[in-house]
Amino acid sequence: MSYILIFITAVFVNNIVLAQFLGICPFLGVSRKVETAVGMSAAVAFVMTLSTIITYLIQGVLDSFGLGFMQTITFILVIAALVQMVEIILKKVSPPLYQALGVFLPLITTNCTILGVAILVIQKNLNLVESVIFAFSTAIGFGVALVLFAGLREQLALTRIPNGMKGAPIALIVAGMLAMAFMGFSGIDKTLAKLWGI
Amino acid sequence: MSYLRILTNGIIKENPTFVLLLGMCPTLGTTSSALNGMSMGLATAFVLIASNMAVAMMKNLIPDKVRIPAYVVIIATFVTVVQLVMQAYVPGLYASLGLFIPLIVVNCIVLGRAESFAAKSTTTESAFDGLGIGLGFTMALTILGAVREFLGTGRIFGWNIYPEKFGSLLFVLAPGAFIVLGFLIALFNIFTKRSK
Repeated sequence: MSYILIFITAVFVNNIVLAQFLGICPFLGVSRKVETAVGMSAAVAFVMTLSTIITYLIQGVLDSFGLGFMQTITFILVIAALVQMVEIILKKVSPPLYQALGVFLPLITTNCTILGVAILVIQKNLNLVESVIFAFSTAIGFGVALVLFAGLREQLALTRIPNGMKGAPIALIVAGMLAMAFMGFSGIDKTLAKLWGI
Repeated sequence: MSYLRILTNGIIKENPTFVLLLGMCPTLGTTSSALNGMSMGLATAFVLIASNMAVAMMKNLIPDKVRIPAYVVIIATFVTVVQLVMQAYVPGLYASLGLFIPLIVVNCIVLGRAESFAAKSTTTESAFDGLGIGLGFTMALTILGAVREFLGTGRIFGWNIYPEKFGSLLFVLAPGAFIVLGFLIALFNIFTKRSK
């Protein structure tokens, strides 16, 4: 039950983009069409889950050597290396999948979501299983926000917008409204926790 | 290029927040108050100047194939320095900026400037570029933080301008960040277009 709670909280209540402000660059950059949004989300889900497992294990190694302060440097190097490896393996193992997702992979390295989630699971003191579920749910939340926003932007492209507002400004304001809508989910996690006795 | 031009470039013409639209995550996430915004901007500015200078000094020593990981390690080192210094001397501020301090390492501005400017310029030019972009970023974040704090709580930098109960809490929360930034970029666009 607590795993379902982690999922609901990560996707709706604490949505990584709309509530925690991580992943805004791809959110604004890759959300013009729904198809690219789906592709990006799939790539992020894959990399995020994999990297969280690895960085979680590495944190254990760092801690046992008293090297906690090396967290930032080691995590980012691990993530960069992982993305590089994923790209190479994907090219060899599944060229059609590489065609679909490959172009997003270099963008994911400097994506704050990956590093952000890696650090968050350490800060929240989750165990390995909870961390994997958290990472995967966060990626789903990213995907939900991205696809919704892409749908909105496709509609926005068909309307008249004042000159100063074209592009980023109107996109941000619409994102703000989407964030407002998601605020409606706040408090659900506490209610569910009480309901399920977690 | 003259040093002064490099400096003002980062503040107006290539302002990272309003023009280049880079580094959006900390822009939205740390500007719930003017002080938070300014501190985040200054921390990023420090990393920018330091890493720009380091990359410019070492650019002939780094093989082209590993340049991105090398830049990332350099940047991560300075970010760790900022983390530890802030944790030691301003723990309250460090706690409120939270996750975004280590996330400076993936701030597209820092890596972007290292790659596009510092790798091709002298150390002094890179220092000025880091300073200019850093100041532009700090200015943007401070303005955004001040507007959000003012509309949301009636205060700026903690000084009461009008009673808090007339403030609209939305602006200090997530949606407010998006909306205020959207309007500020629109305003910046209008002003810079007029002077052209």
